[in-house]
Amino acid sequence: MTTQIDRNDATRLGHDPVLTARALTKRYGWRTVLNRIDLTVHAGECLAILGPNGAGKTTLLRLLVGLVRPTAGSIEWFGRPAGDFGPAVRAQLGVVMHRIMLDPELTVAENLRYYARLYGVIDAAERIRALGEELGLTDRLGDRVRSLSRGFQQRVALARALLHRPRVLLLDEPDTGLDIASRIRLVDLVERFCADGGTVLMTTHAPELAIQLAQRAIYLERGRIVWSARGRDELDLYLRIQPRLVTV
Amino acid sequence: MSAWSQFTAIVKRDLLLEWRARELVLGMLVMTLLTLLVFNFAFDLSGVQRAASGSGALWVAIVFATLLGWGRAVALDRQEGAWEGLLLSPVERPVIFIAKLVSMLVFVTIVELVALLVLAVLFALPVLQPGVLAVVGLGTLGLCTLGTLFAAMTANVRSREVLLPALLFPLAVPVVIGAVRATTLELNGFTGDAAPWQNLLGGFAALFFALGALTFGSVTEE
Amino acid sequence: MATVTNTIRRPATAAWLSVLAALSFLLVALSVVLIFLYAPRDVAQGEVQRLFYLHLPTAWLSYLSFFIIFVSSILYLVRRHARWDRLARSAAELGFIFTTLVLLTGSIWGRPIWGTWWTWDARLTTTLVLWFIYLGYFLLRAYVADPERGARYAAVLGIVGFVDIPIIHMSVRWWRTLHPQPIVVRSEGPAMPPEMLVTVIVTLVAFCILHVFLLAVKYRIETTRDEVIELRGALEQHG
Repeated sequence: MTTQIDRNDATRLGHDPVLTARALTKRYGWRTVLNRIDLTVHAGECLAILGPNGAGKTTLLRLLVGLVRPTAGSIEWFGRPAGDFGPAVRAQLGVVMHRIMLDPELTVAENLRYYARLYGVIDAAERIRALGEELGLTDRLGDRVRSLSRGFQQRVALARALLHRPRVLLLDEPDTGLDIASRIRLVDLVERFCADGGTVLMTTHAPELAIQLAQRAIYLERGRIVWSARGRDELDLYLRIQPRLVTV
Repeated sequence: MSAWSQFTAIVKRDLLLEWRARELVLGMLVMTLLTLLVFNFAFDLSGVQRAASGSGALWVAIVFATLLGWGRAVALDRQEGAWEGLLLSPVERPVIFIAKLVSMLVFVTIVELVALLVLAVLFALPVLQPGVLAVVGLGTLGLCTLGTLFAAMTANVRSREVLLPALLFPLAVPVVIGAVRATTLELNGFTGDAAPWQNLLGGFAALFFALGALTFGSVTEE
Repeated sequence: MATVTNTIRRPATAAWLSVLAALSFLLVALSVVLIFLYAPRDVAQGEVQRLFYLHLPTAWLSYLSFFIIFVSSILYLVRRHARWDRLARSAAELGFIFTTLVLLTGSIWGRPIWGTWWTWDARLTTTLVLWFIYLGYFLLRAYVADPERGARYAAVLGIVGFVDIPIIHMSVRWWRTLHPQPIVVRSEGPAMPPEMLVTVIVTLVAFCILHVFLLAVKYRIETTRDEVIELRGALEQHG
């Protein structure tokens, strides 16, 4: 029997929500991957999306960024009408997924310049320089992405995601395969992003990351939100009792 | 962010990548030259009928080379998720279509120029004249508009190697007929007779360019 | 983001369908009678000419089916309602069968007249290419795992394919007329005796009605199929 303690309400903060997803469903034929997900995210929130493998976390993210069309339900970004998923929305999202979305044969700088042009970043050179510094990439700007370690590649991917100063950062298991140094940078970066008023949606396997960064978390299992928690203590509690929750 | 700067960014990136890896053009080139070679043994490319057989050989080589090229190009694009990165960016889908089309045209043109040189030198065919070049250009444009659309469509589908030709060949029949006919006529000096075929090729390219740009968005969602 | 609507409403009552069934049966029976007993024996071609009465309507219908695919495809891409995809699927299956029939009847009819089973005459060639486009349509749907994607891709193919058909026809015809033909295909001239004309018209109408009937039946089957998938999905969802 699933428990759906849903504390998503708009009473918090009083801003308009940045994202409203209603009854979001994704089916492939008869197989349901996401099952009537309701989600509201406000500006400045850092939301962690937890859950075991195959729960639908990645699919949820792909739906939210517009790579996949939902079978049913609606997604509203920045108060725009559902269904309007044009360039205006995409320009405000920064996405880091499992695949780095970079060309391995091009250098870091070339990759970043390319994306800067796609996103219409005006002060591209300066922005690349600044992000390079922030993420410790300055020495490697001229290296081909292929030659970088996974940790470094992920940093470049982060740089790519932040190039156009997005309002929302969406990360799909950003900590996978990261070395300690890169992990620290990641956490730093996300914290600063949130502090600057940005919104973060992050799927992760690692509860510690969620506890460190998230103010809110939802736990997905088999396409449904099983529980959601607000605040570190609550999250900690839920994570500890999670193995004992019987879900059918 | 203007569509133009996005367009040039994509084309430049495609060209730069190809310059670094040099997989596509070389692959297509090898395919084309081998096809011409085999055709020379199968049909007499240096005999009296060589305008017709040469023209046929050229276009078969071009069709197979572009098929190969498309297969490789979409696979390369989807390594490491670069294609998704592009889809996530605020580039309008028709712009992506045109950019991918132009990149492919550049590569195919390089291959074709070599093929034409081979035909001119080894088989003494008068291919390097404006009439023939115009036909080759128009025919290639027509093939590539269809190719861009369907290659993107079949990129993530199983049996892409079979499916893409299965879809493309019947649709490209007018291009093949028109291009071969027009090339033969031009080679034999009947430029006037080639004109209606050229119009057909041009109309085809324009029509499917428009259709491709319109429907590309539907093809790029997952 | 807008989604695909898949609300399934119970198909209309079977009453009109039975009427249609009866009507098509009667008309087809009538056509058979006319073809064999009423229409005169063709002087030049003999009995085999009677195949023409089958050949003409199936040719019309194979193209009409593709037109239906074309319109449904546009509607599907614009409206994203599953019913348009169902219509396209149904019309495709029918169209493919009719196209195969055109090729077969054309070939059998032509054999005694032309001396060969096949000739690259403009209309037959275009129909052959159409047959391959239909085949591609089915292959595409078969190979794409996700049905929604398959529907979308098939819709694009339906649109591009239909727009291409007149161009294919034109190019094939120019190819043929500018190429000397050893055998001249005898076309059914305007000077047809009235009995033949009547037979042609009745058969054409009969097959059109039959087409509508078969399309309706196929559409209902597809609707039920979709319904089963919906139910199974709903079961999984709430399970």
